[in-house]
Amino acid sequence: MNRLSLKTFTLLQTATSVGLSAMAWAVTGVRPIWNGSLPSERQRIYFANHTSHGDFILLSACLSEKERAMTHAVAAGEYWGKSRLRRFIAEDMLSSVLISRQWTKPEENPIEIMLSVLDQGHSLILFPEGTRNMTEEPLLNFRSGLYNLSIARPDVELIPCWIENMSRVLPKGQFLPVPLLCRVVFGAPVAVAPGEERRGFLNRAHAALLALNPRPERDD
Amino acid sequence: MRHEISILIIGLLVVLTTASIVAAILSARAPKPLSSTLVNLTQRINAWWVMVALMTVAFFFGRYGMTILFALISFAALREFVTLTHTRRSDHWVLLGMFGIIIPFQYWLVWTAWYGLFVIFIPVYCFLLMPAITALHGDTERFLERIAAQQWAVMISVYCVSHVPALLTLEVPGFEGRNLLLIAFLIIVVQGSDVLQYIFGKLFGKHRFSPTVSPSKTWEGLIGGLVSASLLGALLSFVTPFSPLQAAGVAFIACLMGFLGGLVASAIKRDQGVKDWGHLIEGHGGMMDRTDSLVFAAPIFFHIVRYFWTV
Repeated sequence: MNRLSLKTFTLLQTATSVGLSAMAWAVTGVRPIWNGSLPSERQRIYFANHTSHGDFILLSACLSEKERAMTHAVAAGEYWGKSRLRRFIAEDMLSSVLISRQWTKPEENPIEIMLSVLDQGHSLILFPEGTRNMTEEPLLNFRSGLYNLSIARPDVELIPCWIENMSRVLPKGQFLPVPLLCRVVFGAPVAVAPGEERRGFLNRAHAALLALNPRPERDD
Repeated sequence: MRHEISILIIGLLVVLTTASIVAAILSARAPKPLSSTLVNLTQRINAWWVMVALMTVAFFFGRYGMTILFALISFAALREFVTLTHTRRSDHWVLLGMFGIIIPFQYWLVWTAWYGLFVIFIPVYCFLLMPAITALHGDTERFLERIAAQQWAVMISVYCVSHVPALLTLEVPGFEGRNLLLIAFLIIVVQGSDVLQYIFGKLFGKHRFSPTVSPSKTWEGLIGGLVSASLLGALLSFVTPFSPLQAAGVAFIACLMGFLGGLVASAIKRDQGVKDWGHLIEGHGGMMDRTDSLVFAAPIFFHIVRYFWTV
């Protein structure tokens, strides 16, 4: 069993989350826009576009301290599990859930790991594109995880969250953030319709997330 | 100076209290739910309380308070400006330099009163070096647009804004140690003119000044605001080195520049397809929405005082 899923929210994690949220506000003035859903302590999967390591910090900065303590970002084990330092940052400080994209052993099955976190009553932040989007496309195709989780735990709300500007604040390969204003738009919950198949649902969730972009790129 | 400051603070408190009472009476009488104009009016007045409180605190810390406050205002304004412009990944280091080097250095020049470098650091050195760095990165996509926007961003949000605390470095004979009052005069007159233009526009506004740029600006608002703000300037001449007539003239020029600043800011927002610069101040929008007039007025006011009143 994943050691993180058993861990309580420690003092270190509280300090880190308060510190990072304050920093996120100082740098980006981040503000949540509730456009279809409202802050709630209900169990949720927040799914968002992914362009930067700062994404989940920004998203969790929009949640209340109590919700933040119950919400874990899902991160790639291939990257964050690479060294002891990275694992310490990801698991012990940020209380993320590490999953492996190329898993072999049954206990590494990402869906099982995420379900075990949900079964403790916690919420997840998920980036269904599976990787940081470095293309000119606004949003890549979704992987299946979102569908599988929703089928397995239909009571968990799926909230689309559009993260604005973060790719400009902290582009891939950069370490220092440029201060730019960011917003996170939280949309109406999406659910798998009865009998809906995988691809159809994923396309619908994809469209729901894309529709939240408050400032679509101008083609000039 | 303490005497003058007390009068200014009491005056501001009286104006704000009256505004709050009027807004409360209007809200109590108006049909529910309240119109968006009334809600916005109350938000604006509440934000003014916070802004006046912040300015007063900064005032009491004197040179330290003013320099730090306006450096932070530059930071917030530059952040809003750059957010609206087109940036690319290759601009990262230039953008970092704008926040991490240009702002601190420009305000250090204000602090040390190094006038010679203060006036040319951004328009000469940054103007030439920023595009050079961008060119060295080799990314020519929309090059001119990017470097022009970056240059304008630092000119407006850093260079112009830094002229407000720079007023403290001017040596006006017979006015030694009282320069903080020059800042108070400029801010009260220019921001007062904004409020007065808003009030005259709402009460009597009929003829739009420039419908393509800003539908809310009217000739009636402009003339009423400028005349009354000039009178306010004359009334405040006791805190300045100016005679009442001079104070009215200086106030008129500063407020006219302030009006033009608001017009330019509206044109930029229109071009970028947004209503407000940001969301920092409830009811007002962003920092640039509140300071656009001060941005245009400050350098001109600074140079008028420097040319005519210093030796």
